[in-house]
This record gives sequence, C-alpha cells and structure tokens, in this order.
Amino acid sequence: MSKFQFPESIASRPTYGSLKSRPGKAHLMIADAEGAEAILDLAAQDAGLMAKSHVIYIPSGSGAGLSERLRGLKPAQYYEGPSYAAAVPRIRRVLSDAHMGLQVYLCGTEGLMGQAMNEATAAGIPHSAIQTEHRGSIARRMQCVHCKGITENVTTDPFVCAHCGLNLFVRDHYSRRLAAFQGVCIDAEDPGNVPNPVELYK
Amino acid sequence: MTIQFNKETFRDDYSFRNSDWAIKRFPFPFHEDSYMYSVNMEQHRGGPPGSVYEKRFDVDEHYLAEMEDRAIVLAEDPLRCQSLPHMTLAGWDTLELIMTCKSEDYPDLFELHRDGKRWRWVNKPMGIDHSFTFLDETTLPCGPLEYITRQTQGDFAVLDQRDEMLWMDAGTVTTQADWSLDFDIGMNFFEWHAPVPMAHELGIFKRALKFLLNVQQGAPARRLNWTMTVNPLLDTSPENYHKWGIQKTTLTPENIGAKQHLRVELQTFFRLPRSNALLFPIRCYLIAFQDIVSVPKWGRRLHRVVRDLPDELATYKGFIANRPMMLDYLGQYDDGRPTSPGIWPDLETEPPLDMGR
Ligand code: HEM
Repeated sequence: MSKFQFPESIASRPTYGSLKSRPGKAHLMIADAEGAEAILDLAAQDAGLMAKSHVIYIPSGSGAGLSERLRGLKPAQYYEGPSYAAAVPRIRRVLSDAHMGLQVYLCGTEGLMGQAMNEATAAGIPHSAIQTEHRGSIARRMQCVHCKGITENVTTDPFVCAHCGLNLFVRDHYSRRLAAFQGVCIDAEDPGNVPNPVELYK
Repeated sequence: MTIQFNKETFRDDYSFRNSDWAIKRFPFPFHEDSYMYSVNMEQHRGGPPGSVYEKRFDVDEHYLAEMEDRAIVLAEDPLRCQSLPHMTLAGWDTLELIMTCKSEDYPDLFELHRDGKRWRWVNKPMGIDHSFTFLDETTLPCGPLEYITRQTQGDFAVLDQRDEMLWMDAGTVTTQADWSLDFDIGMNFFEWHAPVPMAHELGIFKRALKFLLNVQQGAPARRLNWTMTVNPLLDTSPENYHKWGIQKTTLTPENIGAKQHLRVELQTFFRLPRSNALLFPIRCYLIAFQDIVSVPKWGRRLHRVVRDLPDELATYKGFIANRPMMLDYLGQYDDGRPTSPGIWPDLETEPPLDMGR
C-alpha cells in the first residue's frame, strides 16, 4: 500500500481524494500501476459495484500480481494496455458512449489522472461525476516551457528534458489542459552550474 | 501633439530610448515610499492631459518599434497568440473596441469608416488601409484578435466569464514579465495567479476577482504592476528564459544606470459587449534607472522601495541577486528628504537632490 500525502502547495497544483463507491448504472475505472490498489479498496466498499464496471488498467511494469487481483474482481469489462497512449483510443470510444450518470474513477499516477481527466471532460462528463485518487509513484509529467516537449515519469529535480536536453527544474505550476507541470531551465543565469538531481519530495 | 516615432530595438543592440517627454509621463508605480501588494484598482476614466492614463489605449513614441518587435516574436513562436475556439466573438469585440477607441482618441493617426458590416480601417503610422467585413474572418489576414493586437502596444489576455469565474481563454503575449500564455491558457483566475507569493494569503485575489466580475461595459478599470528588467528587453518570456536569463548577470556598477530598467505595466480592464468577456490589456513601459533618477522625487522613492521590499517579492520579481548593486546605485540619489505623496514627478515643487546635507 502506498498512499503519499502531498504537502500543501499552490492553487494550480491538483489535489486528489479517496475513491468512494457511488450509485449509478455504469462505472468506468481507469488506473495505472499501484492505482489498482485503489480499485481493490473501492470494490471492497460495495459488493455490487464491479459487475457494473469497465476497468481500463495500465500495469506500467508494476508486478505484484495486481492484474490478477483486478481480474479476480470480475469487472463487467476488463482491459489491460501496454501504455496509456495505447489505451487512449479505447478510452475515447468508451467515453463517446457514456450515458448520463456514468461515474468515472481515476487512480494511480498524476500523469494518468490528468490525461484521463481531460478525455473525460472533453467527452462532456461533469466534474462532479469524476473522482481521483493518487497511488504509487510521485513521478510527474513535465512540459519543457522552452521546447514544449513533454517528459514523462520525472522523479528528480532537476531533470533533463527528453526533447531539447536542457536541464530543467520542477515547478508546482500545473496546466490541466496539458496535464503537465512546468519545467524551466535551471542554469540560465549560471550556465553549467546544475545541482545534483534529488528525488522529488525527498 | 504629433508623435515622433522612434527607430529603435528591444533586442540585440537595444537602441531603445525614452525622450524627455516619455520620461516625464512615465507611469511611476509608487505613490508612497514603500510597496506591498494590494487591490490597487481604480476607474479608467482618463487622466491629466499628456499622461499615459489620458487615452483608453495609449500610443507613444515606441509604437512602431514595439509592433516590429511583436512581429519578430510571433514569427519565431506563433503560440504567443492563441484563442480557444469559443473565443472568436471576443476577438471581434476586441477589434471593435480598439478600432473605435483609437480612431476617436487619435483621429490624426487612425480612422474607422463603417458602412453596416463593411468596415475600412486606416492605421497611418503602420501604413495600413484595409477594408473588411465585420464578423467575417475570411476577410482578415488572420484572426481578429491577432489582427488588431499586431497593431496595438501591450499584451492582451481575453478572459471568458462563466460560473462566477474568469478563464484565460485567449491572448497575445509577447511583452510579458516571465509568464507563458501557452502554459496558462484555459486556467482560471486563481490558477494562473498560483505562483504569486503572499497575495493569496492576503485575500487580494479573492477581492480582485469580485471587482473584475462586476466591471461593466463602458466603465473600464485600471491598475499598475511593476518588476525589474536588465536591458530594455520586451520579450522576457519563460519560453526564451534560457537565452535572456544570462543578461541579468551582466550588470556592473558602471553600467547599471543605463542597463537596469524599471518595468511598469499599466493594466486595464474592459467589459466586451457581445461576448461578455473581459479584455485585459497589459501595457509595458520601460525606463532606465539613470532616467528615473533624473526626477529627484522618483530617485529618492525608488531607493526606499527597493531597499524595503520583502525578500519574497524581490525573489519572485527576479532581482534579489542584483538588489545590493541596485541599492548602491540608487542610494546616491536618496538624500533622506521626505517625498510628496502620489506618483507624479512634481518637478516644480520637489527640492533638487542635496547629498551634502
Ligand atoms: C483578469 C485579469 C488578470 C490577468 C489575466 C492576470 C494575469 C497575471 C499573470 C499571468 C501573472 C503572472 C503569474 C506568474 O508568476 O506566472 C500575474 C501576476 C500578478 N497579478 Fe494578475 N492578472 C489579472 C488581474 C489582476 C488583478 C485585478 C490583480 C489585483 C490585485 C492582480 C494582481 C497580480 C499580482 C500582485 C501579481 C504578481 C506581480 C508581481 O509581483 O510582479 N492581477 N497576473
């Protein structure tokens, strides 16, 4: 079980809750890695829930038999994808069918929740029908403000932009549209003076 | 008066200069000897003749050079002008407001002739004489917001108003104090202000938003904001920070008077008629320290403000490292005399500098 308490931050930085089973005929759950644990906890709250649920799961290399345990919940539909990008067409297809009252549950890393949140709101799902819960890695999806490239899974500050190679520091300023935090050149005023990367929140 | 437009640059050789006229009308942002964030808003209902507050959209000697600089920035990075799909009508509102105001306030420079939807716009300084159909995008070379803001000094954010909130859903931003439209577009009032220190805790943004939601058509408002910039660089964008950040380290005691600039934003707020959006022009004025201290009152006061500014603000504004050198320079222009209240230069009434006192 890994549930990280994010320290209080600035107003653009998203916050996450704890999934609660809600009444409804249809439920869509999108999770990656340890996000599976949040679905397991959710299923334990409500015995009838999983029979009405479609689970979309991206294991992202997290072993520990989480896939098997999710499958064991016997969701009405279960899909496992090799990456979030690979799952997107399916997520869009499912959301395009959504009826009034669909409940959406997003859990796992911030990058997954942020991107899936955009898909859900773009499909017209009201914010009040979407819940989020962070589990697992505190890795961030970062946009380089200079080249605009997105670097996934950033766990250190500073880090190297995967696109332009600049050394970037990690800001808490967050764009929901991009589902990404902002990375800014750390050695602009003292070229070459790049501090050693430290783990986020360490 | 007729304006002589300067031939000058805001990059490379930085040939930007303020004339004596521009110095005397500079919007000095400090009405007293100290500064802290506040809900500093007032009606935008003109001001003393010749001041930057007099007209709704001030045009000054830097007009043509600023428009050239904007064209360079937009050519390098088209993402500096963006409009979410639902904001096109607000773009037309903006075009109409600016064309109307400029042709009324500067009839010798701008003309707007309307025949129903057929409009003719004449911008004499830029050599533009263009007929188009209002609300028909195919008759303009680009979107309406981009079209008119390529001809108007200052950055522009266009805020959609819904759910008792303002959303930054369009803009043209090339003379910004280190924030990114591309990153902030789509955010709400509290989200895009998230990086600002102290002001959230002081309740300033809550009160400011309440005020803005109630700005009415025909009753614009305004406020001043300020920061510091080394070299008269208009495009202090985060996008290009890895290129310009190094310039902050080039100050020396010998060049600081010419290189260090106070950067003041005259921010105005206009309600737009059709879209009910809020137009937020952010007009940037730059002045070198050596020109500020030519006004004794301003030299005295700037020294005291910079000296006493909380570290959080000096850090956020990006000049904490240069503050000691600024104080060494500005201290030479502060003889300790009291200053008159208000922002005006008061050249006739304020005593000259007297360091031998
Ligand atoms: C709706 C129009 C407005 C827009 C689009 C806007 C936009 C911005 C942006 C983008 C920033 C930079 C934030 C960053 O660091 O990334 C900023 C800073 C700031 N804004 Fe606003 N703003 C608006 C209205 C106001 C109002 C009415 C106030 C009134 C108090 C205000 C107070 C401030 C302050 C105090 C800062 C920090 C500036 C500094 O210290 O240099 N803003 N604003």
